[in-house]
Amino acid sequence: MKSKKLDANARGLIKLTVLRVIVYAILIFLCALCLFFFYLMIINATRSNAQLATGFTLLPKENFFKNLVNAWTDTSINIPRGMLNSLIIALSSAVLTTYFSALTAYGIHAYEFKGKNLIFTFIIAVMMIPAQVSALGFVQMMTKLHLTNSYLPLIIPSIAAPVVFFYMKQYMESVLPLDVIDAARVDGSGEFRTFNTIVLPMIKPAIAVQMIFSFVSSWNNYFVPALLLDKAEMKTVPIMIAQLRSADYSKFDMGKVYMFILLAILPVMITYVFLSKSIIKGVTAGSVKG
Amino acid sequence: MAKKRTEKSGAPSSVNYAKWGYIFILPFFAVYIFFTLVPQFLTIYNSFFESYRVGLQQVGPNFVGLENYKTLFSPDSSGVVLVLKYSFNTMWMWFLGAVPQFVIALLLAIFFTSYRLNIKGQSFFKTVIYMPNLIMAAAFSMLFFTLFSRVGPIQALLVKWGWIDASFDFFSRRVTVRGMIALMNFLMWFGNTTIVLMAGIMGIDQSLFESATIDGANSVQVFFRVTMPLLMPIFVYCLITAMIGGIQMFDVPQVLSNGNGAPNETTRTLVMYLNGYLRNKNFGMAGAISVFIFAVTGILSGFVYRRLTAQYKEPTRQRRRRKGDVL
Repeated sequence: MKSKKLDANARGLIKLTVLRVIVYAILIFLCALCLFFFYLMIINATRSNAQLATGFTLLPKENFFKNLVNAWTDTSINIPRGMLNSLIIALSSAVLTTYFSALTAYGIHAYEFKGKNLIFTFIIAVMMIPAQVSALGFVQMMTKLHLTNSYLPLIIPSIAAPVVFFYMKQYMESVLPLDVIDAARVDGSGEFRTFNTIVLPMIKPAIAVQMIFSFVSSWNNYFVPALLLDKAEMKTVPIMIAQLRSADYSKFDMGKVYMFILLAILPVMITYVFLSKSIIKGVTAGSVKG
Repeated sequence: MAKKRTEKSGAPSSVNYAKWGYIFILPFFAVYIFFTLVPQFLTIYNSFFESYRVGLQQVGPNFVGLENYKTLFSPDSSGVVLVLKYSFNTMWMWFLGAVPQFVIALLLAIFFTSYRLNIKGQSFFKTVIYMPNLIMAAAFSMLFFTLFSRVGPIQALLVKWGWIDASFDFFSRRVTVRGMIALMNFLMWFGNTTIVLMAGIMGIDQSLFESATIDGANSVQVFFRVTMPLLMPIFVYCLITAMIGGIQMFDVPQVLSNGNGAPNETTRTLVMYLNGYLRNKNFGMAGAISVFIFAVTGILSGFVYRRLTAQYKEPTRQRRRRKGDVL
């Protein structure tokens, strides 16, 4: 009887160990798959065009800085300018979108006014509608206003971001009791000052996470900017990458091409290396409640 | 001092703060109306007009009623209804990526939340699998193009191993191009889905698992009888948001096929179709396609809307279930 029980325990342990081995194997395989293409990109960015023609390798070569200089000084694709354009647009969007979404969420969260529920419902209802379906009217309007080849139509609309609003609203519900606002009033703080000096510091984590997400989505945005920007000095990074694809491929220095791709994703990658923990936390925190 | 305070604390109820609510939401709404709502109506308006360019000559805009929609849904010279063909392309490529995305995400979510398995190094795994989600889709697609091109390293490796012939071209076959697009979509999204589903599983009341195990349920039974039914709302939410994302598929196939949907228009998506009309300034047709995409996303967002507003209708029950953290 006793040995039988021991047997069952031992069998259970073996089963669990086998299961663990399989699970780790799956996880390692998926991680390898995720990293493989980026690893190849980095390796290939260190190889010269002639070295690339020799095929596949997993070992780096010595031409990284040569490729970097070649890509950075390329005359047809002005990547430093593109990165500067993207940076200006993405940073401004990130600041505007978080500040105004928080302000709007606070307006709905902290005040009682007529039509509040209707407005809230409206924002949730339009949350999922993609930018593509109003792009036609948007491009027409911006053309009429002579705002093509300008940063403005890519920055200002980020003030109204329903998804960020929704995240902020949910965050405020969990961390911002209305007593705090009343207390601030008692102390004679004006409504705007309360928001800027008391509410904003309290929702700092949400602001940080949403700033990163807005920066990333603006940096990666391709569809609408490609319709609005056609002057070389106004183009953003994704437009330049797509341009790389349509260039005559056989004439290109491939080492340089890999370097362009590396430069395009580098700012986001660096951010991710440092902030991955809070980014991953932010994926779910506001979107769905269980 | 104390007296002054009580006097003031009586004030909030007598002062009308409602106007601050309006002031605070004003910038958001002004911008939303000007940059999204008006363009949306303008787009719909355009769909009822004939307006395009032939060379340098502008035709229209002339009011044509539903003519653009009729054109959109009628077969072209070879008998194919293009909008349906491109819808099918979009759906099929989404589906090819979404099936492994959801199956693997569900598996990983269960692995990560299982106390029995007790997986170590979770933050590392999550960090790696989520990473492709942040990569610029256009750059990722360009990377695939260079890696899989006929002079690229993957082609060279597979030829060396004797798996493919030197004349093989990843970009001339429907199955390989669609496969690459699906693979990219899968890689970009399975980490995200894993994390959302994990949060969902962690939100389920732990005592339910315990009592099921005490009652003698094995792990497969626990999964199908406890985890899955309780996870269903979030799973469906994820699925529908993924579909809405799928309808917008653009950057990856656009860059991979250089905008022409090669081979033979089999990877052209709905938004690529729209983009084509926007580029050659056929605003009537672009309007009609936009309305079509709008309608499809609108129906799907109806589900998302119901899910998100439900939690406001039953706040107490919903809140109690929400526990645990992702990391």
